[in-house]
Amino acid sequence: MTTTTTDFAPTAATLAKLRRKRWYQHPMYGRLVGTVAAAVLLDVMSGPQGSREDVFFSLDKSLGSMRVVWWILGAVALWAVMEFGKPLYQRFLGPKVGPLDRFTTPVTEPVKAVTAQARAKTADLRRIVWVRLGFSAVVIGLLILLPNLLSTFWNQVLVNEVAIYVLLAIGLNVVIGWAGLLDLGFIAFFAIGAYSTAYWTGAMPVDPPFKLNAFLVIPVAVATCLLAGLLLGAPTLRLRGDYLAIVTLGFHEIIYLIAKNADGFTNGPRGVQGISNFGIHIGPIDYDWELDPVPYWYLLIGIATILIIAFLRLEHSRVGRAWTAIREDEVAASATGVPTVKFKLMAFAIGASTSGIAGVAYASKARFISPESFLLLFSVLVVAYVIFGGMGSLWGVIIGTAFLAWLPQYMKDWVDPNDRFMYLGALLIIMMIYRPQGLIPSVRRKRELSMAKAGLGDADAMSEPAGGRMT
Amino acid sequence: MQPDEILDYLIPGIMLGALYAVIAIGYTLVYGVLQLINFAHSEVFMVGAYSALLALTWIDPSTNPTALVSVLLVAAGLAVSGTAGAATAFALEKVAYRPLRRRNAPRLAFLISAIGASYFLQNLAGKLFGRDSRALPTLFENKKVFSVFGTQVTILQLLIVCAAVLMMVGLDYLVNRTKLGSGIRAVAQDAETAGLMGVDIDKVISRTFIIGGFMGGIAGFLFGLHLQLSFTMGFLPGITAFAAAVVGGVGNIRGAMMGGMLLGIVESFSSPIFGESWRYVSAFAVLVLVLMFRPTGILGERLGRSA
Repeated sequence: MTTTTTDFAPTAATLAKLRRKRWYQHPMYGRLVGTVAAAVLLDVMSGPQGSREDVFFSLDKSLGSMRVVWWILGAVALWAVMEFGKPLYQRFLGPKVGPLDRFTTPVTEPVKAVTAQARAKTADLRRIVWVRLGFSAVVIGLLILLPNLLSTFWNQVLVNEVAIYVLLAIGLNVVIGWAGLLDLGFIAFFAIGAYSTAYWTGAMPVDPPFKLNAFLVIPVAVATCLLAGLLLGAPTLRLRGDYLAIVTLGFHEIIYLIAKNADGFTNGPRGVQGISNFGIHIGPIDYDWELDPVPYWYLLIGIATILIIAFLRLEHSRVGRAWTAIREDEVAASATGVPTVKFKLMAFAIGASTSGIAGVAYASKARFISPESFLLLFSVLVVAYVIFGGMGSLWGVIIGTAFLAWLPQYMKDWVDPNDRFMYLGALLIIMMIYRPQGLIPSVRRKRELSMAKAGLGDADAMSEPAGGRMT
Repeated sequence: MQPDEILDYLIPGIMLGALYAVIAIGYTLVYGVLQLINFAHSEVFMVGAYSALLALTWIDPSTNPTALVSVLLVAAGLAVSGTAGAATAFALEKVAYRPLRRRNAPRLAFLISAIGASYFLQNLAGKLFGRDSRALPTLFENKKVFSVFGTQVTILQLLIVCAAVLMMVGLDYLVNRTKLGSGIRAVAQDAETAGLMGVDIDKVISRTFIIGGFMGGIAGFLFGLHLQLSFTMGFLPGITAFAAAVVGGVGNIRGAMMGGMLLGIVESFSSPIFGESWRYVSAFAVLVLVLMFRPTGILGERLGRSA
C-alpha cells in the first residue's frame, strides 16, 4: 500500500542555509582564542611581582614587552600544530598501524603480558595477611630510617609540614572522601586542639583547674573537638550539603577572631608561648620530647599509624558502608533505613577530633601558637591536598599530601612562596576538570565519579537532603 | 550607645547593607540557575575594584576635580568596574564551571573548582598589583549633603545607596519582565524541562553570570571608594554577602536584597555594642541563628519564582 506523505522537512537548500556558519564560527578559532588567552595568562603569571608604588609595574613588564609577543607566537604555533598537524598525521601516517608500532610491538607485548601477570600475582599476595603486614612493616621501617638520611632542615620540614598535614589530611579524608561533605573550617578544630593544649598545660593567661601532661591533653582535646563538631554539625547537617561549606567557613572565622580578639583568654595576636612538650614520666621512664625534630617524627608516625589502622577498620565497617551509601545517593540511603544525619554527624565529628589531635601535636612541638597559625588559607590547603591525592583513598591522600607539603619547601628558591596559592588554585580547577578522582584514586570513588558523569548517583553528599528539595 | 546615636550607625549600616545586597544578588542568581555557591564571586568584586583603580590611575585625575569632572570620573569608574566584573564572571563560567557541567560532575567538584578559581584570581591580583593595600584616587570631596535629625549624610553614602537601589530596581525589572528574565527563572525552576521547552540553558547561565558579575564589579568599585583596596578585599564582604543570600532565602532575589540590608545594619550596630573587632562575627551569628530556626531563610527559598 502506498501512502502519499507530505514532505514537511525543509529542503536541502534551506537546511544548508541554516547550517551554514561564517568562517570564524568554526570551533577551531575558538580554540585559537583559548590558547592565546592561556598564553597571555601564563605570561602574566610568570611576570615580576607587582610593586607598591606603581600599579602598572607588573602588567607593564609582562604585557608591555616582547615577552608577551613570544608567548602569543608560541601559542599560535602550538595551535597550528595541533589543528593542522593532526589531520595531516592521520591522513598520511594515521590509518596504518602507527609509525613505530612495527618496532615497538615485539617489545611492548611481552612487557605488557609480564606486568599483567605480576599484577595478578600481587593481587593474590595482597589477600594474604602476613604479606600485607610485612609490607607495612617495611614501609614503617623505611619511614623510621628516613630522618637519618636528611639534614636538620628537612627533618624540621618533615615534622612541621609533612607529618602534621598528613595527620590533618587523614582526618579530612573521612569527611570529604568517605562521607562526601565539604568542611572548609577544618583548621578551626586544629586551633581548638592547639589552644586546649596551651590551656591545659598552663601556658594561657587563664590557669586551668589542674595541669595536664601533653599526652593527657589528647583525649581532652578530642572530646572538646567532638563536642564542637557536634554543636556545629547538628543544626547544619540537616540542611542541604553546601550550607555546611559556608557554615564551617564562618565557624573558622569565628574561631580565628576569638583567638585574635579574646585577649584575656588567648593572649590575642601576640600568641601563647611556653606550651609544654610531650613527656613520659612514669616510674623509671623519664623522657621528654625536646627541640630535636626526630623523636617527634617517631611519635607522629605512631599516632598516624594508629589512626590509619582505626580508619581502615572503620571504612569497611557498617559505618563506612553507611557513608558510602549516603555519598552515592542520600535519598536512597535514607529510604533504606540509614539514619543519614547521624552518620554524617559522626563523620564530621571524627574528622574534627582528628584535627584536634593534630593540633595538640603541633602546639606541643612548636611550643608557640598564634592566631596566624590558623588562617583560613590552611583549611583550604588541606582540602586541596586531599583532593589532589584522591579523596576517599587513604594511601592516595597520604602520598598526595606529603608530596604537596614537601613541594613548596623544595621549590622555594625558584618560585616566590607567595605565589603558590595561585598555582594551587589553577591546579584545583584543572584537577576537577580532568582528574576529579585525584592522583591515586580510590576504586570506588573513581567508579562513582564515572557513574555521576553518566548521570547515575551523586558521588557526594552535597545534593538535596533526604526528603527532597525544600521549596 | 545613646538613643540619639542610633542614626549615626543606621545610615552607614544602610550603605553597607546596600553593598552587601548587590553582592548577594550575584550569589543568589548563580545559586538559582546552577545550585552552586559561586565562591569566586568575591573575586569578581575584587577585580571590579582593581579595574577601576587601573583605569582611574591611568586617567590620573587632578587633586581637586571640578564637579563635572567628578561626575565623569565616577561614571568611568562604574562603567569600567561593571565591564571588568562581567568579563571576569563570564570567563569564570567558561573556564571553571562549564567543563564540569559538560562532565556532569558532582557538586563537590563544582565547589572545589570555585575555591580554586577564587584562590587563583586572588593571588594573581596579589602578584600583579602588590600585596599592600591601596586607595583609589580622590574622585570627589566627600561633602555632607543633608542631615537627618542631626546626622550628616555624605555624598559617598548617597552615591552608594542610589547606585545600589538603581541596580536592584533594574534587576527586578530584568528578571520579572524580560525574555532573558523568564529564561533565568525557567532554568532556576527546572533546567531540564526549560531545555526541552527551547531555552538555551548555556546562554542563560552565561548571561546570569554576566549580570551577577556586572553588579559585583560595580559593588567592588563603590566599596573601594569607601575603604582601601587589597587583593584579599573580596573575602569578608563575599562571605557576608553569601550569608545575606542564605538569610534572605537563597535563590530568592528580593530575599537577597533584604538579607543584605539586614546584615549590613546588624554589622554596623554590632561594632558599638560588642566592640569593633567583633563586627565580622555578627553576620555568621545571624546566619547560624536563622539556619537553626528557619532553614530556608527569612523569605524562603523560591528558586525561580524570584518575584
